[in-house]
Amino acid sequence: MSSHRQIKEGSFHILGGDFANAGEASTSIKRELLEMGVEEDTIRRVSIATFEAEMNIIIYATAGIIRYTITPEEVIIIAEDMGPGIEDIELAMQEGYSTAPDWVREMGWGAGMGLPNMKKNSDVFKIDSVVGEGTRVDMIIKRRRNETEADQ
Amino acid sequence: MRLRQIRELLDAVIVHQAIPEDTDLSWAIATDLMSEVLYYSKDNSLLITGLTRQQAIRTAHIADIRVVVFTKGKEPDFQTLELAKDKGVTLLITPHCTFSACGILYERGMRCCPDE
Amino acid sequence: MRLKQISERLSLQPVNATEEMLSADVTGGYISDLLSDVMANAERGTLWITLQTHENIVAVAVLKELAGVVIVNGRRPSEEAVEKALQEGVPLFVTPLSGFEVAGRLYMLFHAEEIQG
Repeated sequence: MSSHRQIKEGSFHILGGDFANAGEASTSIKRELLEMGVEEDTIRRVSIATFEAEMNIIIYATAGIIRYTITPEEVIIIAEDMGPGIEDIELAMQEGYSTAPDWVREMGWGAGMGLPNMKKNSDVFKIDSVVGEGTRVDMIIKRRRNETEADQ
Repeated sequence: MRLRQIRELLDAVIVHQAIPEDTDLSWAIATDLMSEVLYYSKDNSLLITGLTRQQAIRTAHIADIRVVVFTKGKEPDFQTLELAKDKGVTLLITPHCTFSACGILYERGMRCCPDE
Repeated sequence: MRLKQISERLSLQPVNATEEMLSADVTGGYISDLLSDVMANAERGTLWITLQTHENIVAVAVLKELAGVVIVNGRRPSEEAVEKALQEGVPLFVTPLSGFEVAGRLYMLFHAEEIQG
């Protein structure tokens, strides 16, 4: 019972262009979720959504911060950056649309699936952006525990 | 398809093994774009890629992919190998290009991740 | 094997291909999403399978004298790519199938041809 009542939160600073450490924040959050015994499906969705958010900061922004809150009902991820912002959010949400330069594509990123991927894995997805200032993405992943766990 | 059979069919070398060779892998995905892996892969799939960088291992770990095949005989650099060890991702190197690797496995019945 | 035969057998949807383009001979397949890799390693006359949709794919196909480009997973080529492909006479195809599936089926087509002689 007590483990399900736990609320955990934390944050990670992400540096733009830091490909060497790309994925460290998401991996740490994944580890934390595993240690808390969170159900697999939730871990997978949180990990993927966070990883994409982290990569977007590394690829496009100067710097950013990823904050997370884990509750018995949901996981909240907020990714906020100081970056170029997004001019046309609707366009940016389209699968395959990307403004990434070629060198980023050669590293395996920038194929225009980042935002769609975040949306696909979240139950609530919100994006706010100001051109020249930065972007903030709010994601909520609801936990779908199985019957036995929910009854405990 | 079992890991052993995949290794044999692809003439591959296992540079890091984190799971038994009789582990059964259900699906394959072949791409060099990591978001695509995150979007389409299911757990228990095999990633075949020419992107022989840390990013491939990191992505596999996040997406619960336990086995990655680097194609065209490209050796991973030190950091990539260390990351595979650290994250428990099994890493194979095949001398075949991605096209042939897909073909060889497809011919023996391996299929891609199904759509939801 | 003719491009027409392949596109029919794999149900690839031609984006811009004319009959003349479809009569071209294909020597094999190549699958990659990294343009530098294709530039370095793809062989002339092969059919390139990729997720990339932006116009640079056409330049790469022209430079490497590839038989055509198949864009997988239901992606659509960008308008610029379609326009350039028309100018350069590079056949583009789209398919809802995955890269693994297209590569697998194409490999088997070539393999079957080899066995038949």
